[in-house]
Amino acid sequence: MADAVLFEFLHTEMVAELWAPDPGPGSGGKKKSLSVLEGLGFRVGQALGERLPRETLAFREELDALKFLCKDLWAAMFHKHIDGLRTNHQGTYVLQDNSFPLLVTMGSGSQYLEEAPKFLAFTCGLLCGALHTLGFQSLVTASVAALPACKFQVVIQKS
Amino acid sequence: MSRQANRGTESKKMSSELFTLTYGALVTQLCKDYENDEDVNKQLDRMGYNIGVRLIEDFLARSNVGRCHDFRETADVIAKVAFKMYLGITPSVTNWSPAGDEFSLILENNPLVDFVELPDNHSSLIYSNLLCGVLRGALEMVQMAVEAKFVQDTLKGDGVTEIRMRFIRRIEDNLPAGEE
Repeated sequence: MADAVLFEFLHTEMVAELWAPDPGPGSGGKKKSLSVLEGLGFRVGQALGERLPRETLAFREELDALKFLCKDLWAAMFHKHIDGLRTNHQGTYVLQDNSFPLLVTMGSGSQYLEEAPKFLAFTCGLLCGALHTLGFQSLVTASVAALPACKFQVVIQKS
Repeated sequence: MSRQANRGTESKKMSSELFTLTYGALVTQLCKDYENDEDVNKQLDRMGYNIGVRLIEDFLARSNVGRCHDFRETADVIAKVAFKMYLGITPSVTNWSPAGDEFSLILENNPLVDFVELPDNHSSLIYSNLLCGVLRGALEMVQMAVEAKFVQDTLKGDGVTEIRMRFIRRIEDNLPAGEE
């Protein structure tokens, strides 16, 4: 049983390592952007989704799947539930977390607002990956107005 | 209803898997980014070091452990308190050198390597090398310069996983802190 702090510190290191605006001389101009972190999150989300009990894989309704993300997945990652789930009933959902754990330690207010997006990319990917395993194609984006609150917008893609 | 009941254990299990899977995804990414395994090992160690220097504060705040006065005491704290707290395992401490400045941590089940199979073309990759960096970084913050390295690994077909710890020197307070 790995402690939650470990995940937080590992996540911070991942952000530092895989996200850099200027490719340094040592890195040989590798592609570094939010998409790498997102991709990482996607794989983890997919794998986590696969490890769910069978019954949860049988979600029929979008809303059930989204509720699952807000409760069980959030509880597993951050030991809390998400604070709000809103939808327009047309495939767009907004998940609101008033104190997102990966941002909490950065303080509150707008001082580090510019830094916030890179700490959300992994989680966006993770949500998208988990939904993928549950059988829904989606686009997930995140936005922050003031730390440490943030919103994840999930748009389910109709095939 | 039954799902409701086992939600607690389910989410605990998932959160340790979250860490293991995230670590796996990270190693995969680094293997893509760097051409040779040595660089990946180095990178994992460096990231571990950065985690270690922060983790030690969390550790000292949560465990009531004071300053260790010898390496044996340190070994005990690492194996019985720290590994237990963060990874939920208790490695055994063996193979002390006669001088008492080297010992081994034997991990029977390494939680970082659940679900892992090393492909043949990564034979020099030290998959869990992050741990060595964590140990080195954390101990450096309590004035102990050590070297940590994997000498056996179940991923490579060894019977157990063994981390060899070597005490190099005590860091004096008047030296510039954080030299790497």
